[in-house]
Amino acid sequence: QEKLDMSTYPVESIRNFSIIAHVDHGKSTLADRLLEITGTISKTDHNKQVLDKLQVERERGITVKAQSASLFYNHEGINYLLNLIDTPGHVDFSYEVSRSLSACQGVILVVDANEGIQAQTVANFYLAFEAQLSIIPVINKIDLKNADPERVEQQIEKLFDIPTDECIRVSAKQGTNVEKVLQKVIEKIPPPQCNTADPLKALVFDSTFDHYRGVIANVALFGGEVEKGHQIVSAHTKKRYEVNEVGILTPNEQPTHKLYAGQVGYVIAGMKEVTEAQIGDTLFLYKQPVEPLPGFKSAKPMVFAGMYPADQTEYNNLKSALERLTLNDSSVTVHRDSSLALGAGWRLGFLGLLHMEVFNQRLEQEYNMSVILTAPTVPYKAILSSAKLIKEHGKDQITIINPAQFPDKLSVSEYLEPTVLGTIVTPHEYIGKIITLCQDRRAVQKDMLYIDENRVMLKYLFPLNEIVVDFYDALKSLSSGYASFDYEDAGYQSADLIKMDILLNGNPVEELATIIHKDKAYAAGKLLCERLKETIPRQLFEIAIQAAIGKKIIARETLKAYRKNVVAKCYGGDITRRMKLLKRQAEGKRLMRKIGNVEVPRDAFIRVLKRETNK
Amino acid sequence: TPYPQWPYCRKRCSYCNFNTYVVPAVDEAAVRACLLREAQTLLRLGRVHSVTSVFFGGGTPSLASPHTVGAVLEAVAGAAHLPAGAEVTLEANPSSASASRLAGFRAAGVNRLSIGVQSLDDAELRLLGREHTAEEARKAVEGARGLFPGRTSIDLLFGLPGQSRDAWAPRLEGALGLCDDHVSLYQLTLERGTALAAQVRGGALPTPPQDLLADVYHTARTVLVAAGFRHYEVSNFARKGAISTHNLSYWRADQYIGVGPGAHGRFVPRAEGGRSREARVQTLEPVAWMREVQSQGHGTRSRAVLSPLEQLEELLSLGLRTDEGVTHERWERFSPQLSLQDVFGAPGEARALQQQGWLVLDGGGLRCTWAGLAVLDSLLPDLLWQLQRV
Repeated sequence: QEKLDMSTYPVESIRNFSIIAHVDHGKSTLADRLLEITGTISKTDHNKQVLDKLQVERERGITVKAQSASLFYNHEGINYLLNLIDTPGHVDFSYEVSRSLSACQGVILVVDANEGIQAQTVANFYLAFEAQLSIIPVINKIDLKNADPERVEQQIEKLFDIPTDECIRVSAKQGTNVEKVLQKVIEKIPPPQCNTADPLKALVFDSTFDHYRGVIANVALFGGEVEKGHQIVSAHTKKRYEVNEVGILTPNEQPTHKLYAGQVGYVIAGMKEVTEAQIGDTLFLYKQPVEPLPGFKSAKPMVFAGMYPADQTEYNNLKSALERLTLNDSSVTVHRDSSLALGAGWRLGFLGLLHMEVFNQRLEQEYNMSVILTAPTVPYKAILSSAKLIKEHGKDQITIINPAQFPDKLSVSEYLEPTVLGTIVTPHEYIGKIITLCQDRRAVQKDMLYIDENRVMLKYLFPLNEIVVDFYDALKSLSSGYASFDYEDAGYQSADLIKMDILLNGNPVEELATIIHKDKAYAAGKLLCERLKETIPRQLFEIAIQAAIGKKIIARETLKAYRKNVVAKCYGGDITRRMKLLKRQAEGKRLMRKIGNVEVPRDAFIRVLKRETNK
Repeated sequence: TPYPQWPYCRKRCSYCNFNTYVVPAVDEAAVRACLLREAQTLLRLGRVHSVTSVFFGGGTPSLASPHTVGAVLEAVAGAAHLPAGAEVTLEANPSSASASRLAGFRAAGVNRLSIGVQSLDDAELRLLGREHTAEEARKAVEGARGLFPGRTSIDLLFGLPGQSRDAWAPRLEGALGLCDDHVSLYQLTLERGTALAAQVRGGALPTPPQDLLADVYHTARTVLVAAGFRHYEVSNFARKGAISTHNLSYWRADQYIGVGPGAHGRFVPRAEGGRSREARVQTLEPVAWMREVQSQGHGTRSRAVLSPLEQLEELLSLGLRTDEGVTHERWERFSPQLSLQDVFGAPGEARALQQQGWLVLDGGGLRCTWAGLAVLDSLLPDLLWQLQRV
């Protein structure tokens, strides 16, 4: 492949920008059009979400991994290099969004002409505003029947203080006015402020793993230049590498001779794992260290779930599937784990529930694996008071991620739970319901202020485990989707935690044990018992389903015994059918879990533990 | 034991999923000829020497003429020995069981009648899509008892959608006052594809609750036994020795030969050199079946050899449905190497079920207790699994 010469693009001709929007407002479609207009991709009918390469992205219509593309555009005689950085929109990935934005000098803010400003519009606007980026408002979907661009322009003026005449009305689907957007990008967004004479300073805003070439790090150069043969160092790992290849993305890899300050592209330097090129890291030349770019965070898992193969014979297949999937996702943490009931497996850490769902979906689609996921948990801590345990663990503070490891109250001086500081932006009519929801989740209000005459921003300190399951959905549903939610880690707080066991006829069921706050135990226990009652088949004796804390029973359901279970007629043709059914049931017995004398089908637990999706 | 099928009805009941056809006109002569032909072919195929019983099923066999019934019996007698006292049963619908018609059947050789009463409540009969009223059913039973004393059976259903616990007791009393010495009492099963099942699924009718069904069944058993009946199979009761020989042949894994569209059979085709018991089904659709019988002598759609294990599985699953269970002698016929004791006497599932009071294994063989019979389908998977392991 011919290498491009990037030296023909001086810093003044470069524009680095991102497109931000609320979900489904047309971000990716607009990106498709921009790629077409600039000739980066040929104009065909098949260009849909071109930058969303993952199947799960295309199916769910979401962007999970940030991709970038370098576009070339001639405007009034000058050749410009426009670097478009696509961003994930979900709150789980706000860190990725903020890193992508730090590589930009401006953003295109897309708003649906009918829906108007929505939660993520606001959240993303603030991210861009705080990063002091130029903002180009674009009102999209003007081709649709209910479009009301004038109303939206006024919303934008009121909320963001941007004059209505700066808004561009487009239809990304039809291509209407999209060229104007490009021109505005050139006119309004400033070129990057950096110098090729400075030492190399490159921000890693994404990385992918390629089997043949190793880790491909997506970088934005804040200073200096980089080319094949250079020795570079990662500020985070301190490891040194030799650069094999540099290039830009169009959106596929296009090697170049060099990359210069202000440009965006990729670097391949013999890194073997994506953990060696983490998002937010800074790369510099060997012997020329620079101040690392601010805002780097090591991926912090917020939600843990146990993952087990549906059958132990599948263990090795699942193991290699996990290894390959995590090659490309350095934000998933993996620990080996095992359960009496489910055998050998893992406990995985995710950035959030969407992250976990997407991961699971990718596992199914790309690796054809179906797995057993146990209840999501968060990393609790305990400060030990028992000398014996302290000696055993080698320290006095331990992190508990598997309920089986929960140390008894007597050996502990304090339990701690992780908390987050959550920010909710909502129209004022939903304040009451939202406050009630937050109080219900043991949250403490930290701040409340009106950001304009209609909208309120609330800040609450939440225990993390109260929001990981369905807080976001509940918030959306009681605010008709208008409230937005964002959160950040806020350390640990003391908590009255207990371990709740589930018993069947007095025998504990290990995989259903949960660590929970004392105040929530009854409700959770009752729900679990009710769900189990529906999923365990009746047997020849009565089954007592109980939730217990230590020896104390806090909830109970009873599954009555069968008093009649025999088919009425069995003649002729029925006999063959009957035998088939009976033999299937006999087979099924082998797969049953026996808890004491109670037979439980394997999927009973999964059904009980599985998060209720989209009620 | 030959099992001829008359696969035609005048209408389809709302709960029925049998292989039966409602047609404007039946070419009785043609169907008869094929029944005769197939009966002869299969009896010869099985090298049957002597017949223990004959059962006319269907469809509605009482829609066939006594002439047809007589001809089939003659054909059977021609191909094998049909002893004078062999049980010959005809299933009848009250709406085609007038006294004269029944007399005709008796003259043709039928000596036992099974009447599909189903219910003695008109509203229920309408729900079931039956062709007759309770009064008509009553008359038919009385007429049958006159012609076949001590040899009349009635079929009854319980567990209909909407049927209450309180309504059941008087119904049962009414039936007891009417019946002869044999009652087949079936829990209504909502089969997929039937009109009644669709109504329940759609919510137009309630699903009978499990506990109600259990109560009704237990009450019925108790009441019938108190009235002198022996509860000899899950759904069958008889007093004064009026047990149905034909049905026993299923539960004892004897040989039976299905004749007619959709008929099922279990026998060894010795004339072909067969050595093993086969599960056979005749072609379902009457027209297709007739063509095959005409060209090949029989219309057997499928046949599958049953392995020794499969035969034992059937013997176990069906035998345990009776109060006699599986005797040692019968088991030995199918399992000369391993006795009941060898398989089920060792520590394992059967032993546990015995300790819990659901099963008995003793000199008489393996059978369910009174309580165990009602939950047999919860016991069988364990026993089958134990059998498979051996």
